[in-house]
Amino acid sequence: MKYLLILIPMALLPLVLNDFWLSQVLTRALIMGTIALSLSFLATYLGVVSFAQVTLAGVAGYAIAYFGPNTVGVGVPLPLIVTIPLALILAMAAGAMMGYIARRSRGIYAIMITLAIGVAFFYFTRQNYVLFNGFTGFSGVIAPALGEGNWGDPKPLYFLSLIVAAICVGLVQGFVRSPLGLAVQAVRDAPGRLLALGIPTTLPIVAAFAFSGLIAGSGGILNVWFQERVSSFSVGFGPIIDILIISVIGGLRHPTGAFVGAIVYVVLDIFAIDLIDRDRFNLLIGIVLLLIIVAAPNGLTQLITDGAKKLRGGAAKSRTT
Amino acid sequence: MTLFFVVTLNGLTLAALYFLAASGFSLIFGLMRTVNMAHGALLLLGGYVGWSVADATGLWALGVLAGGLAAALAGAMVQIGVLGWMQGDELRQTLASIAISIILADLMLWIWGGNTYQVRTPDWLSGGVRLEMLGIGYAKVRISLMIFALVVGVALWLFIQKTRIGAVIRAGVDDQQMLRALGYPINKIFILVFAMGGMLAGMAGVIAGSALSIAPGTDLQFLLSSLVVVIVGGMGSVGGAALGALLIGLAEQYGLAYAPTYAAVVTFVIMVFVLAVRPQGLLGRSEK
Amino acid sequence: MKHLKIAVSAIALSAAAMPASSEEITIGVISILEGAFAALGQDGIRGVEMAVADAGGSVAGNEINLVVVSSDASPDSAVAAARRLIEQDGAKIIVGPLSGSEGLALRDLSRSYPDVTIINGSSGAQDTTLRDPSPNFYRFGGDGAQWMAGVGTYAHDTLGYEKVAVVAEDYSFPYTQVLGFMSEFCAAGGTVPEKFWTPIGNADYSSVVYSIPQDVDAIFVALGGSDAVSFLTQYQQAGFSTPIIGGSITIDQTVLSSDASFRDMLIGAPAGTPTVSDYDSPEWVAFAAAYAEAYPDGLGAPSIFAHHYYMGAQAAMLGLEAVGGDLSDGGAAFRAVLDDLEFIQPTGGTMRLDENRNGIVDNFVIEVVELDDGSLGTRAIQVVKDVNQTLGQDLETFLAAGPVSRDNPSCP
Repeated sequence: MKYLLILIPMALLPLVLNDFWLSQVLTRALIMGTIALSLSFLATYLGVVSFAQVTLAGVAGYAIAYFGPNTVGVGVPLPLIVTIPLALILAMAAGAMMGYIARRSRGIYAIMITLAIGVAFFYFTRQNYVLFNGFTGFSGVIAPALGEGNWGDPKPLYFLSLIVAAICVGLVQGFVRSPLGLAVQAVRDAPGRLLALGIPTTLPIVAAFAFSGLIAGSGGILNVWFQERVSSFSVGFGPIIDILIISVIGGLRHPTGAFVGAIVYVVLDIFAIDLIDRDRFNLLIGIVLLLIIVAAPNGLTQLITDGAKKLRGGAAKSRTT
Repeated sequence: MTLFFVVTLNGLTLAALYFLAASGFSLIFGLMRTVNMAHGALLLLGGYVGWSVADATGLWALGVLAGGLAAALAGAMVQIGVLGWMQGDELRQTLASIAISIILADLMLWIWGGNTYQVRTPDWLSGGVRLEMLGIGYAKVRISLMIFALVVGVALWLFIQKTRIGAVIRAGVDDQQMLRALGYPINKIFILVFAMGGMLAGMAGVIAGSALSIAPGTDLQFLLSSLVVVIVGGMGSVGGAALGALLIGLAEQYGLAYAPTYAAVVTFVIMVFVLAVRPQGLLGRSEK
Repeated sequence: MKHLKIAVSAIALSAAAMPASSEEITIGVISILEGAFAALGQDGIRGVEMAVADAGGSVAGNEINLVVVSSDASPDSAVAAARRLIEQDGAKIIVGPLSGSEGLALRDLSRSYPDVTIINGSSGAQDTTLRDPSPNFYRFGGDGAQWMAGVGTYAHDTLGYEKVAVVAEDYSFPYTQVLGFMSEFCAAGGTVPEKFWTPIGNADYSSVVYSIPQDVDAIFVALGGSDAVSFLTQYQQAGFSTPIIGGSITIDQTVLSSDASFRDMLIGAPAGTPTVSDYDSPEWVAFAAAYAEAYPDGLGAPSIFAHHYYMGAQAAMLGLEAVGGDLSDGGAAFRAVLDDLEFIQPTGGTMRLDENRNGIVDNFVIEVVELDDGSLGTRAIQVVKDVNQTLGQDLETFLAAGPVSRDNPSCP
């Protein structure tokens, strides 16, 4: 119900906003938010902060580029009905593999391992020309046709991103209530107890990573249609940190906060140049990040909900997921 | 065949540099379970300060010392000002250190600009020596680098194994609660260890600036190499850092000589392989 | 400088607040103003500002609004910057971007906005204009191969090099530079037995150094910034002294002023570039003086970036002048003027375009010299006039050789 309160106004926004706000601010935020959602999901329910969600998104994006139309003459064009499921399956498989590698690692260890995997993938895409077309990557990756234009045009892509984001949020909520999702949370809370009961922890961990691959991959597909390109830059250290920053701003324990973090980040990114010297953008973003980590470790979302609760005199009952 | 020996020598000297960079990182982690993602930034800071001092005074050794001290001070400040406040919350510390590394990197870009710096070495370190056995010339600074890393490694080992502070640190690695209960000023020890880690990083930065070069991006490069080195070698042990550095240094150089295209990937493949077989690293103890 | 930037930002803010009036023409500028390239990107902005100032800040009574947006060297960021300029700020003309991958990205983007004219800043990827060009993307300058014109011939005929090894970064721009060098060098009879492609940002070249064949006459080094410094240092430390031939971004001020031990080795090394800092043609002297006067705290001399952004913006000014500032036809008349535009560029040559809207340029062979104060500088030793994108070859033959790559061209 409360989601409808957000979705309906958002669906009406194209009536009042110009293409720039629609595509460069909102669509971009929705796409980055979807990828960050996959990180927040892992952080919230598995207790693992993964630095390789951009990598999973990149796997899906590269799959769309390789098996779809592009202008660099690399790849094997397949029909769209094959490409999209294939891209998602590859992202899930990559996620599962990552989960398997990191299955025995928690907390900071998991951070380091996923970061290393992410960076390794980045270097690989830079050097490999057969699959990834190296440094240059793929360009001219046009979204599927839609009437006169294509799905990548501002309004269609906005609606598509909105729908995908909503579905992903729904999927996350469905997943965590499923038996597998409960097992994932049990791994987070008491892995030792689970092992003592004779329940292997590998399957839930791998499943959680694979599921995060599905979410990140959905974002990755949208991103490649949005940018009409994918290259080593799309999976580099910069985007990895961007997605982390978004998740932290939104609150690592609040999956849907990823979208709040994304909108804050995108607005900062675009309009900072009007307020400060662009040279010092990283200083600004670093300070914002540090302040949030120090002052609001649960992110802006928590601040907003706490603030709202206070306004209502603390009468509202808090619901935990 | 000559190439093989030369590449091996290159791998060893690079390993020495990686060891210097990673030892501080590993030390901090070993005691406090803090993954200091600002380690690369401290290294680059040390390198820049070392360059400035060496450039102004013409004294290379003073540059190394100043770089080490500057990074030690910065490290202590990071621990006092930010990370110390969230002791025990490792994830939050890691995230905060990422924020600090972003801030530091931008401040350094502001001060030193986007240029590439190279710390000028004194005459006794410049140029090459002739290695008659191989019939080639070899950079003096790289050979000295190996000696330096050996000295630092042994000194670090002696410090941790033979001194009283070292014993306290070791005790802290094993059981922090007990140490606290015994009344040791653990917060001060944390700051000290952070400063030491910074010192090692800073000196490594100046040396990296002498043997190779430093520029924006060097911070990330050494952060990643330190990460891989300690993941492979095992967190928190000097021996682990040394072994990890050896493996990674050699792998990188063989890769560069025999398969330059994928040289950058090789090290990460080794890491993933080690993790799959032994998640705590080759010489690390089990995580929990 | 800071004041100027604030002024530009203030204009940007007001432009966002209200639609541009009929008497304002908004020109978007994309450059890299963050990270390690910020100093270079800033110099590009100076070039644009100089061109606008030359025109008196307005064209045919229309005020020129410059809106500056930063990218971060990634194609994605360049596309985002361009979309912002077009959709939010209403720019019909964009000058930029700075780097090769960004240029390719904006070439692709320009197809989605046929009414917008994009005039390249300093990006030098070959395929931006050579293969699959876009009708509204212009480059008043050369590509990475054109920037090497003259060097291959000079190395073979004048310096007498027969065998040259290549050490270059493993991506498209160095591939293009290597093509520019090799197409002449191989045609003159030289051979390139081995090429070493190293990953960008590699710091330790020691193993590459020892892999280079001992019997080559020279090494062609196409590495940029810190990579070049690292390679040259380690090469020198290893005790080798084979002469160096430099790429356009290898022999730049970063490397020359790096105060490193290899400096003596570089003296006399030739390189190719479209921009020479102390060229003595009257046009360049005037341009450099204007630059120094406008930006006392700028670089020592206009860089390749100031030079190329200047030419892009100058073309925009001249085109606008010719159509009286009228872009109401979707810029068709403006682009028709640009197609046939000819103007004297800062180095003294005449700038004009080929049918793919790529510049036919003058290029320089330079060599590294020791200046009176002991620092290193460069000196122009040869000007190659009228270098086109196919380097004088027939277009069909040139295209048939295929896109540049690790293995193309080849003459072992």
